[in-house]
Amino acid sequence: MHKYVPHTEDDERLMLESIGAKSTEDLFTDIPEELRLGRKLNLNNPLSEIELSEHMKSMSKKNKSTEDLICFLGAGAYDHYIPSVVKHLTMRSEFYTAYTPYQPEISQGTLQAIFEYQTMICSLTGMDVTNASMYDGATACVEAAMMAVENARRSSIIVSKTVHPEVRAVLKSYMRFRDVEVIEADMADGTTDVEKLKSLVEAGTAGVIVQNPNFFGIIEDLTEIEKMVHENKALLIDYVDPISLGILKSPGESGADIVAGEGQPLGNSLSFGGPYLGFLATTSKLMRKMPGRIVGQSEDVDGKRAFVLTLQAREQHIRRYKATSNICSNQGLNALAAAIYMTTMGKKGLKEVAEQSAKKAHYAMKLLTSSGKFKLLFNKPFFKEFALVGETPSGKVNSELLKHNILGGFELEKKYPELKNCLLICVTEKRTKAQIDKLAQVMEVV
Amino acid sequence: MKNYSSLIFELSKEGRKAYSLPPCDVPEASLDSIIPASLMRDNEPEIPKVSEVDVVRHFTNLSNKNYGVDTGFYPLGSCTMKYNPKINEDMADLVGFRNIHPLQPEETVQGALELMYELDGMLSEISGMDRVSLQPAAGAHGELTGLMIIKAYHESRGDNKRKKIIVPDSAHGTNPASAAVAGFEIVEIESDENGAVDLGKLKAVLNDEIAGLMLTNPSTLGLFEKNIKQIADLVHEAGGLLYYDGANANAIMGIARPGDMGFDVIHLNLHKTFSTPHGGGGPGSGPVGVKRELVKFLPVPVIEKKGDSYILDYDRPESIGKVKSFYGNFGVAVKAYAYILSMGGDGLKDVSRKAVLNANYIMSRLKKYYELPIDQVCKHEFVLSGLAENENHIATLDVAKRLLDYGYHPPTIYFPLIVSNAIMIEPTETESLETLDSFIDIMIEIAREAKENPEILKTAPHNTPVRRIDEAKAARSLILKWDGLVKHKE
Repeated sequence: MHKYVPHTEDDERLMLESIGAKSTEDLFTDIPEELRLGRKLNLNNPLSEIELSEHMKSMSKKNKSTEDLICFLGAGAYDHYIPSVVKHLTMRSEFYTAYTPYQPEISQGTLQAIFEYQTMICSLTGMDVTNASMYDGATACVEAAMMAVENARRSSIIVSKTVHPEVRAVLKSYMRFRDVEVIEADMADGTTDVEKLKSLVEAGTAGVIVQNPNFFGIIEDLTEIEKMVHENKALLIDYVDPISLGILKSPGESGADIVAGEGQPLGNSLSFGGPYLGFLATTSKLMRKMPGRIVGQSEDVDGKRAFVLTLQAREQHIRRYKATSNICSNQGLNALAAAIYMTTMGKKGLKEVAEQSAKKAHYAMKLLTSSGKFKLLFNKPFFKEFALVGETPSGKVNSELLKHNILGGFELEKKYPELKNCLLICVTEKRTKAQIDKLAQVMEVV
Repeated sequence: MKNYSSLIFELSKEGRKAYSLPPCDVPEASLDSIIPASLMRDNEPEIPKVSEVDVVRHFTNLSNKNYGVDTGFYPLGSCTMKYNPKINEDMADLVGFRNIHPLQPEETVQGALELMYELDGMLSEISGMDRVSLQPAAGAHGELTGLMIIKAYHESRGDNKRKKIIVPDSAHGTNPASAAVAGFEIVEIESDENGAVDLGKLKAVLNDEIAGLMLTNPSTLGLFEKNIKQIADLVHEAGGLLYYDGANANAIMGIARPGDMGFDVIHLNLHKTFSTPHGGGGPGSGPVGVKRELVKFLPVPVIEKKGDSYILDYDRPESIGKVKSFYGNFGVAVKAYAYILSMGGDGLKDVSRKAVLNANYIMSRLKKYYELPIDQVCKHEFVLSGLAENENHIATLDVAKRLLDYGYHPPTIYFPLIVSNAIMIEPTETESLETLDSFIDIMIEIAREAKENPEILKTAPHNTPVRRIDEAKAARSLILKWDGLVKHKE
């Protein structure tokens, strides 16, 4: 008898009587003998709560967390402040133990929270509509690319090399199986090479994906790209860091047609890469091409405001044999965390997080480049991340930092082999002047 | 507080705040001096301005309008809404799991890699596969990943003609959608009168263009596919592979394994079989398992053990690549791992036995009152076909909505598509005899009401925070964000 399985022997006997079976084994006679396992599963004996807890704690202690290490690592996952209320409210079990809100009468909590999430994401991105979230930023970007392909009936996607390498990797695996060509556009001095991009965009181009701030933290000026993409009747897909939108020009203001991004920085833990949430937003014009769940406002039979999943007549519900997306879930709880985060920070707080991150990152950049041991790799406006180049292999710099309990930057050579001895440093609002000074101190003597 | 109806935007008041940040302690540079004005936004985002108490009360009141497994019985067929153990939430929340960055040096995340490696081994043992990737974020994502692997396998053999996937008409809706997204054509085959694969119809469609067959076993009718070995042989002889949709794995743990049935690629749903919460629609996790000859196609990275340490192996030239950033929904994997440790091998077997016992018990007691199209021993779930006597033309939807009044989450309705007025009931093993009995009594009561007081069903629910919602209006008016924003701008 296990604490999660409440059947007493008497219960089992009574139930079998009602069924008309002699034993529970009799309920499995439909499984042919030769398919039966015929042995015990080779797993552990059950652990009590105390044993489990001890085991898991000792395992978790083999990891160094961002509480042990001062984190200057970003590159797509960010150590931003998470207000205490986020955890307390997402852990309301009426939220986290609920299923997808298919019975709206008893799911108004989830539905309204998503509606509020949608409202805030639209406002932040400057777009008309968004859905209830996707698996993560990378898969949201793939869906954006597929929307462009479907919209234009063209089969080529151009992605800038300044877009996150993981996003490009996911895009390539998906598109390989759909016969959509993915062309990478070169970069020049840390930003998308606009001239080269121009030479790539042609009649078969469905969409162009750029990232802002890009993988190197640089804020790309999209004015020229937007014009050129639209002149070619392709769609502009902007992959953004939601935190930057507290201060930076929104994709809507830049003329983007589709926006995708990683929502983790909005109140979600680093959690070794997941669960996160992807956000996907677009214009009214492209609304019906957008996959995923969407919550809409309606009313009940008494005229009371009520929320419900809507636009369900798309995708796998109806067009299952011609689906262009198979997503049927969202990252509900992560979207809830994002909604609570945005609500808690408010307009001012979001702006302040962005401002402090930018200011602290610029302070760090100045300090780290002051002696000349490290130079700024690309001299362009950046947000909260910047790339440094030095004489020392970046792996060595990071090992030295680790000895001082500092989690150093992303070693760019891992994804851009030409960028040797380069580190991508990230500074969020959580870092203090003292921590940045310590980083500079250690790096100076590596 | 079930009548709480404010939107957070309606609580906003200039001057309020719910956050606290320390003063910026680096020498103040003005923002304009570091970022050109042309790159800054012109319009400020409209995010509400509320106090912390406002935030807490608002979302607490919203949660009160929700129904979760912790609220009560959730017999939602095909969804395995079992109890979500609290200790698992605590484990995923350990600082050493929650606050680790995915790109940290491997030597600083050995515990996380070990956990993932061990979970891969446990899920392989449970399913009879050789390796498992934890990267897919959900069941449908697992299907897509598995189908990509099947396609990569055929292509690696130069067998480029195989562009079709067979999907039975009883399949989950995501099966054909995933196949389409993986670039396959779908060949649907009709099930036989028991909802099983019709061997004759299967044979008729098998040829050298078939890449594989997707199957759920037990089927979506909750019945074990007895001919599975024959089906597997037929598909394999024709050069195809077998894909196992693990949505129904809660019926067979420790009893039979998809790997032994002949399946080549599988996905499991950690948020169903392995007790992780559904979170109101996610996050889930849909690990994909494969047989030995397909391991080389798994998404990168694969976690390997080298001596005493664990590494992320990206050097896998035949891999399908990445299907998600980083390594999957790690936080969900931690909970599933804790669950398996809590249950142990025998415990998992008992889970399946009791899940099947519970389903058969409800079925035995309800079949007098509701139409049971296939009256045989079921596995973890079964499907009814509306009321047995229905002179008042009560729709299955009405029965479901009436259940809400009695405080139960309704079963899955109108699925599988091959049963008319389907009511699909999956109790799971975590429900007691008393809970099942009170649910059964209510279902019988509703059957009585259907005869004597049909109006109360047709207008149900009556006691919920909101009543039946005008879905057509939602689709027509398309209010997808708070329209106060629009007014505000004008």
